[in-house]
Amino acid sequence: MTVAEAPASVALHRRLGLTDAELESINERLGRAPNDLELAMFSVMWSEHCSYKSSKRLLRTLPTAGSDVLAGPGENAGVVSIGDGLAVAFKIESHNHPSAVEPYQGAATGVGGILRDIVAMGARPVALLDALKFGWPDDRRTRGLVDGVVRGVGGYGNCVGVPTVGGELLFDPTYTGNPLVNVMCVGVVASGGIAHAIAPTPGSLAVLFGSPTGRDGIGGASVLASASFVEGSAAMRPSVQIGDPFAGKLLIEVTLELVENGLVEGMQDLGAAGITCATSEVADRGGTGIRLDLDAVPLREPDMQPFEIMISESQERMLAIVRPERLDEVLAVCRRWALPAVVVGEITGDGDVVVVGGGTEIARIPARALASDVPEQLHQSAPPTRRRLAPAPGETPLAHDGLPERGMDPGAVLEALLGHPNVGSRAWVTTQYDQTVGTDTIEGCEHAAAVLRIKGSRRALVIATDSQPAVAQYDPALGAQMAVAECARNLAVTGARPLGLTNCLNFGDPNVPEAYWQLTESIRGLSEAAMALGIPVTGGNVSLYNESPLGRIAPTAQIGMVGLLDDIDTLVRPQFRNEGDIIVLLGETGPGMGGSAYERLAGAAPDDRPPSLDLVREAALHTVLRRAAAERLLGSAQDVSAGGVAVAVAESAIWSGLGADLLLEVSISPAASLFGESPGRAIVSLAPEHWSSLARLCASHRLAARRLGAVGGNRLRIGLVGVGATGAAEERGAGVADELDVALDELKRAWTQALPRVLGVRA
Amino acid sequence: MRVAVVVFPGSNCDRDALHAVQLAGAEGELVWHETTDLHGADAVILPGGFAHGDYLRAGAIARFSPIMGAVRAHAQRGGLLLGICNGFQVLTEAGLLPGVLRRNATLRFEHRWVSLSVERRDTPFTWRVPDVITLRMPIAHGEGNYWLPDDQLDELEAAGRVVFRYTGPEGNPNGSARDIAGVIDATGRVCGLMPHPERASEALLGSDDGMLLMRSLVESVAAAPARVPAAA
Repeated sequence: MTVAEAPASVALHRRLGLTDAELESINERLGRAPNDLELAMFSVMWSEHCSYKSSKRLLRTLPTAGSDVLAGPGENAGVVSIGDGLAVAFKIESHNHPSAVEPYQGAATGVGGILRDIVAMGARPVALLDALKFGWPDDRRTRGLVDGVVRGVGGYGNCVGVPTVGGELLFDPTYTGNPLVNVMCVGVVASGGIAHAIAPTPGSLAVLFGSPTGRDGIGGASVLASASFVEGSAAMRPSVQIGDPFAGKLLIEVTLELVENGLVEGMQDLGAAGITCATSEVADRGGTGIRLDLDAVPLREPDMQPFEIMISESQERMLAIVRPERLDEVLAVCRRWALPAVVVGEITGDGDVVVVGGGTEIARIPARALASDVPEQLHQSAPPTRRRLAPAPGETPLAHDGLPERGMDPGAVLEALLGHPNVGSRAWVTTQYDQTVGTDTIEGCEHAAAVLRIKGSRRALVIATDSQPAVAQYDPALGAQMAVAECARNLAVTGARPLGLTNCLNFGDPNVPEAYWQLTESIRGLSEAAMALGIPVTGGNVSLYNESPLGRIAPTAQIGMVGLLDDIDTLVRPQFRNEGDIIVLLGETGPGMGGSAYERLAGAAPDDRPPSLDLVREAALHTVLRRAAAERLLGSAQDVSAGGVAVAVAESAIWSGLGADLLLEVSISPAASLFGESPGRAIVSLAPEHWSSLARLCASHRLAARRLGAVGGNRLRIGLVGVGATGAAEERGAGVADELDVALDELKRAWTQALPRVLGVRA
Repeated sequence: MRVAVVVFPGSNCDRDALHAVQLAGAEGELVWHETTDLHGADAVILPGGFAHGDYLRAGAIARFSPIMGAVRAHAQRGGLLLGICNGFQVLTEAGLLPGVLRRNATLRFEHRWVSLSVERRDTPFTWRVPDVITLRMPIAHGEGNYWLPDDQLDELEAAGRVVFRYTGPEGNPNGSARDIAGVIDATGRVCGLMPHPERASEALLGSDDGMLLMRSLVESVAAAPARVPAAA
């Protein structure tokens, strides 16, 4: 609700989204009552989006330490050293509610915002990834959202010349009223040249450069991202920011030139809460204050009110903290790129953010009170009354686990899975993204991880983003752990070791005990998995209030990870390489079809559950994959995730054009063996002469390794053997296949057509 | 051999083109669009990107950039001039190459790997391309749908000025008339194409076919000028 729309009888602080208790805290910190402008500044800074007041306490439990971490949470982005004097900056952020209201601009400014976070660290952006979640695309509104969001991501990323090299696309009914647009950006910076969002020295100048300030995005963060959707959210459209990628491109070049030439003391991007946030954060971090001259701020409209200028979220703006003797050089750089730049304030030593308008002081607030001394909110946490947990280790699987596959042709199930938009090709989306600008892209959006070489070295960055909302619906902690495990596995199959983890936590209204419990559990799971796999959490973003009249979204911890491959020649790709190579399944198959793509397609037994995750075994798998890659044993490696072993093998086959002939042992049920998604597994192929080395390596890490068959032909054949297979075969009716046997062309067609079919577009 | 790569505000393949030029063995230099001097460059590349944002029509504003006077003079002197993607769009807007590049037939930005047939192997831009080879390189554009009236297309083809065509199973990605991906001017010294040879400059990136074009350009001036036809 905007200020204008609320009845005037409601007190101003409530209309701005502040509680009575928060007003009291403000009075305490000021030693007096705030004026209206000050109240507006508090309202945006103390919004959920800017202050993390509901999640901060939980986020402190995440493991953030790592020997290579140069900047962790609290900075604009995490930074991790990759050696040779270079470092990577990376972060993932949400732009969910703006995208729901205005998909093109919401998504575009989501890209612009995360780019500025990376650039503000002094890093040149080298990669973007987009993780998108929508409702089932059988209604026109959702199709319109998909189209607008994809165009928006491409519209911004393509124009600024940063390749979009990966991402995720999931459809689930829980996102119908509240789609998710999470964008990750990765940049490269000289370790000695990292910029910080800080104003360390009184007497320095605050230079605002980039686009002029307008009325777009007034209170975007506090209005849109800090409350649930109610009916008539179209009225929120004025709160959506408008992107200008051309200005964004100029802003990137100017910012990097200023940082690289050592012309600035501090650099802060303007995002949520605009000038208020940028000025108070740099002053708070520096232990200084700032005196801001509102009349100096370039405006798009002449008659803007002071509060509008202070909280506007107009895009493509940056704040540089500059020593006076460097000012001329700074302004010259901006002039060369035709980007407006003006001195809007001076750094002081008194700790206050002081706003001057028309020559008089119109606001004075301690920077700390705005930026870091925000009262945290406590919430009640309660699990749902009925839960289905993953089976404990050693627990006997349910007798009827995997019931639904009886009487089904496994080949038809595989085709249906590959043709599911959550499993099949994303090409309709990703052909709209420039994936190769920058001439570093070795692997783009086609597979589970992106690979970018680092020019002038043998090394490469490997980047992935994953989530497991369907599992998290059952068990939020397990869902978060599985997302971390899958993301790390996607790096490990290439041979890369993970450097750090960023996360975007998308959840519901924290005032609802079950939603807050989901958040709490997810952070616990994330923390445990990151710790077990030894991956530092370097930053992230929390997006709450993801609810609509249609309900709350599935708990969605979106994980982003950057890994390093020391020698690009050892890169292992997911497609089969040579006819005659043997195919090996690494890891153990466990019971549980809950949360799987198969469950979505065929349903599951009423009390079936998600598979369990053993983080020690998961870590062992990753170690084996990395060692095997470094020793050049592998022809291909592909993680087993959505759609299970059958889909993993099918993808390796589709991407290579080489078929495969396998025998799969069934210990639980045919469905679990073929389509189950128990974690900690990978499908690798290798030359037969390397098998003994791989088997030894696996044995030394107590990792199961089973030869399944060989690469070759133009069909995918998977025969089933073992006790479970016989049992199921008895119950299959006449004429039903007892093995999976499909032509590669058919699988490829199903996989290619997955998205065009449901969206009703041409491939 | 020196190659100038023009940087418009909004160019985003400038450093990629420079990288490829250097790989091809030439000295490269980025030249800002506000200057009016190419510093005696032997060849000029207008790189890909969104010059001046291209909110109006791709290349429509860039043709007024100060550097374009020097670029035009360079071409009139017989200097080699290559426009890649946005650079091709700028050259058509500036009237240095015929045709217009309309929005893709899909009305969407398209990023794809395409196959190109090389129709002319006797130009300074293609003379290093071996016979029968089709080139694999990416396209990445929203406005690459080449168009001319039919009679002018006939003339263009009759004059042998179509240098590249989309071919192979991937086909024509943007609806271009007669599958045209790149053309050359009447002097044979000014060439434009929508696909990105600089992005196909190393096998590691998926293809090094683009280097055949970059080497043709660089070596036209440096190594074997005698073998290069002065005009098509």
